[in-house]
Amino acid sequence: MNAKIRELLGKLANLPVAVDTLSNEADLYTAGLSSFASVQLMLGIEDAFEIEFPDHLLNRKSFQSIAAIEATVAQILASSEAA
Amino acid sequence: MNIAAPVISDSFARRAARVAEVAARHAAAVDAEGRFPREAVAAMKAERLLGIQVPVSEGGEGATFADIAELCSVISQSCASSSMIFAMHHIKLSSLVEHGFESPWHQAFMRRVAAEQLLLGSATTEGGIGGNLRNSICAIEIENGRCRLEKDATVISYGAEADAILITSRAHKDAAPSDQVMTVFLKDQYSLERTHVWDTLGMRGTCSDGFLFKGEAPAEQVFPKPFAEIAAQSMLAASHLLWSGVWYGIAADAVARSQAFVRAAARKSPGQTPPGALRLAEISAKLQLVKSNVVAGLKTYQEARHDEEKLSSMAFAVAMNNIKICSSEMILEIINGAMLICGIMGYKNGTPFSIGRHLRDAHSAQLMISNDRIYTNTSSMLLVHKQDTSLLG
Repeated sequence: MNAKIRELLGKLANLPVAVDTLSNEADLYTAGLSSFASVQLMLGIEDAFEIEFPDHLLNRKSFQSIAAIEATVAQILASSEAA
Repeated sequence: MNIAAPVISDSFARRAARVAEVAARHAAAVDAEGRFPREAVAAMKAERLLGIQVPVSEGGEGATFADIAELCSVISQSCASSSMIFAMHHIKLSSLVEHGFESPWHQAFMRRVAAEQLLLGSATTEGGIGGNLRNSICAIEIENGRCRLEKDATVISYGAEADAILITSRAHKDAAPSDQVMTVFLKDQYSLERTHVWDTLGMRGTCSDGFLFKGEAPAEQVFPKPFAEIAAQSMLAASHLLWSGVWYGIAADAVARSQAFVRAAARKSPGQTPPGALRLAEISAKLQLVKSNVVAGLKTYQEARHDEEKLSSMAFAVAMNNIKICSSEMILEIINGAMLICGIMGYKNGTPFSIGRHLRDAHSAQLMISNDRIYTNTSSMLLVHKQDTSLLG
């Protein structure tokens, strides 16, 4: 999942820095993630993992870092399996 | 007798009414000369309205956004420029109140604002950023406990009159444009060199000149919280809600004037409905829409206020954007309707039915944070955010 998220970040997030220079915990907003790019990233992740982000997870915190995105995606996948 | 709460809110209203009276006396001159409404702002200070948002524990009166929006509306019915200055001051103060408790300097400064009735200005606009306040070009330099900043601020409303300026910049010289901080500079810590003069269609009294800002201060005056979070969690909501309070007030006064016009006509010809009466009914419905919209927004904010997650959610951002769009667009229709009702008496300056200043002031609403930019921002969020379709939710 980490590799896929990094690939999508590189393709969609339009960051001024290379994705492989970012640690899993690095703050993506500090790295230059704009609100428009974060939406593009969300759409890409929804498509790649065949999920939909529920509204309560559509906030800055869910997309603050690669690790946060992983946790968010894992949480949605787990709850869709449980359902 | 337990009447504490009503007495406090009544006293806000009474104090604002006295400010509005002063503002009304000078509104035409402020507009014609494009000058700072010094009498109205002095009255705000004398009535101690500049510190009301500060919590009681810090020497203020703990006024909510709803309280302040109501005062914006009252003052705006006399002079929209004075009211906009009051709103902008409180938008800056909201950043301190909501995010200032994390640092002793900001907490102490909050107390000073309440005690000394300091007027806070804002410098978020910069030449070259294309109007997007979430980007900066200039960067703050921090060295040996001091911070230094130079900014080509193309707009600083009442910059020359403010007692302190809250200014945004990149967090350091290598930071991305969106990695911003906000810093408080006191009047004796900066110099302003005027670069643009505010000679505009309306809102002429806000004196939003452009300046080259040069400041130096102790580094502790930089807010510890990133500006992106301050903007998302309090500043954008405060702006849209308090501005909407100002705009509602402009429209409400235009409706009141046109209603007086229709009533005078009705008294002159008993038994006949004056031609403007139908249109008055139409703009009264639209004014009610604006009012309901602003009141609902204030309630949404109040409910989310202590929930950081809710405040930084897309649902909240979309709701606040929609409030700004609705009130800024709708007031133009309302005021235009009022102008049609009052006819030439509305078009002329200096009559009891003049609507010209209202219409000119109201035209600023769609431009201060351009509605096109807000629509673009909302449209991007709607690609992932699903609108809440419940009526009361």
